[in-house]
Amino acid sequence: MVDEGVDLEKRRFLTWATAGVGAVGAGFIAVPFLGSWNPSEKAKAAGAPVEFDLDKVEVGQMVKVKWQGKPVFVVRRDEKTIESLKSMSDLKDSGSADAGTKQPEGLDTVTRSLKPEIAVIVGICTHLGCVPQHKKETEVSWGGGFFCPCHGSKFDLAGRVFNGSPASVNLEVPKYKYLADNRIIIGVAEGEAS
Amino acid sequence: MMSNFMTWIDDRFPATKVWNEHIAQYYAPKNFNFWYFFGSLAMLVLVNQILTGIWLTMNYNPSAEGAFASIEFIRRDVEWGHLLLGMHATGASAFFVVVYLHMFRGLIYGSFRKPRELVWIFGMIIFVLLMAEGFMGYLLPWGNMSYWGAQVIINLFSAVPVVGEDLAIWIRGDFIISGATLNRFFALHVVALPMALLLMVFLHIVALHKVGSNNPDGIDIKKLKDENGIPLDGIPFHPYYTVKDIVGVGVFLFIFCWIIFFNPEMGGYFLEAPNFTPADPLKTPDHIAPVWYFTPYYSILKAVPSQGLGVIAMAASLVVLFFLPWLDRSKVLSIRYKSPIFKVALTLFVISFFILGYLGMKAPNEMRTLVARICTIYYFAFFVLMPWWSQWGTTKPVPERVTH
Repeated sequence: MVDEGVDLEKRRFLTWATAGVGAVGAGFIAVPFLGSWNPSEKAKAAGAPVEFDLDKVEVGQMVKVKWQGKPVFVVRRDEKTIESLKSMSDLKDSGSADAGTKQPEGLDTVTRSLKPEIAVIVGICTHLGCVPQHKKETEVSWGGGFFCPCHGSKFDLAGRVFNGSPASVNLEVPKYKYLADNRIIIGVAEGEAS
Repeated sequence: MMSNFMTWIDDRFPATKVWNEHIAQYYAPKNFNFWYFFGSLAMLVLVNQILTGIWLTMNYNPSAEGAFASIEFIRRDVEWGHLLLGMHATGASAFFVVVYLHMFRGLIYGSFRKPRELVWIFGMIIFVLLMAEGFMGYLLPWGNMSYWGAQVIINLFSAVPVVGEDLAIWIRGDFIISGATLNRFFALHVVALPMALLLMVFLHIVALHKVGSNNPDGIDIKKLKDENGIPLDGIPFHPYYTVKDIVGVGVFLFIFCWIIFFNPEMGGYFLEAPNFTPADPLKTPDHIAPVWYFTPYYSILKAVPSQGLGVIAMAASLVVLFFLPWLDRSKVLSIRYKSPIFKVALTLFVISFFILGYLGMKAPNEMRTLVARICTIYYFAFFVLMPWWSQWGTTKPVPERVTH
């Protein structure tokens, strides 16, 4: 061994190179740990579409359907309600133009539905995910719709959020289509095969 | 014989050295008062939580199908199960009671000020870990309040721009709260977080023993020492404060046992009624509120009329506490010598914190939202403007020696 003193530059290079390779290795080994938190194949497969018979819903009534483990509200609206939706004021986003709004293509902008009398809305508040309560027009002073008990967000009967609510985005409308006049399937879009 | 044994040990492991440095010859200020009980009480509750937690794990079933039933099984069929369950559930609330009082002590006597910044920061990390521990533990009984509480808190993460939605799914391990969420929360609650907590408690104490305890006068007792280098105003932790703390433990256990034996639900504050119904993914309880120790922050979340900003405000209400050592610019540490402005500001802060806590349990309406907004603004103003207002007014002269 030659006693020429220490090559500090080389030593620094080797230290950093070793640390760098070690960091890359740590990054790789983190992948399985982080990845294992993603939904399992079983959870992913559980989101099958569900069919629903609209005869079960009376005018003004709301029925909950379970789809992907989430509640979907199906409401039958009368003429008066549909009219009132058109002139509804005090909404944050009456045309559902916000990029965060989830709804399929081709819905009426006011009723947010394929047929005006049937509303199909995911019953998960866009604020923090509680299930809003259905309030009829006669029950409350603000015209009826959905009221979230967790943080007081209010939505009209088309799932559009009112001003002053902590939620910023309208309720989600799921993909759905009519199989017959009184039968819908939730989870399949218009034109998609079911 | 005994001294030979200790010599044998000490040659191989610093047992006597550690005992002396941290207990028998650790000199603490002699004027500790009532407010100094809560650190050791927090340790006591930690031991209670770990012990009862291990025993509950022996009969608990961490699955969506079996969790609720296994809690009822522990409560009704396991010998002494109701007591272990009661000690653990009451212990969770007791933990926050003593930790809040412990933090308040730091606030009034300036215990977070230089050179104890790291003691405070380690303590804040403990507080945040404790909140995570409480939150995840609350899902485990799989009651309806457990379910919807977790739903709301996990959805907070969906407010993160761009990746929020995927982040919430990643945390849940499913598109909704499900058995996958329950199982990972169980793993974190019983293994990961307790280990992190124990490590942080260790660091909290190591940092404290490096700089020494503050005291109600906010004076540095190390300035005046006798000929042996022992602080004039210091007394050894053992036996003086070990004995004092045992008195505190006695009084604490009276109250703790009274709650477990006679009032385990504490009027719905410690155990919430909807949690005696199993989790129902299709129905949120009519009135959903977190357990009392989260309600002030929950109020701040509700007070902001935008989801993203609400989440940021709630996170900020905790983050701002980490910076406390650099926000307080007063010349003196202790409330005893601070100007009346501090006393007024602090009183208002305590009042708004309690109001926020109360409103967090109540269903929102316009009046309550308005009050919550005012209190939220004051909460932040208290901290953010502290570098200025803490310098206002005249302070009283600080004595050389501690008073008692």
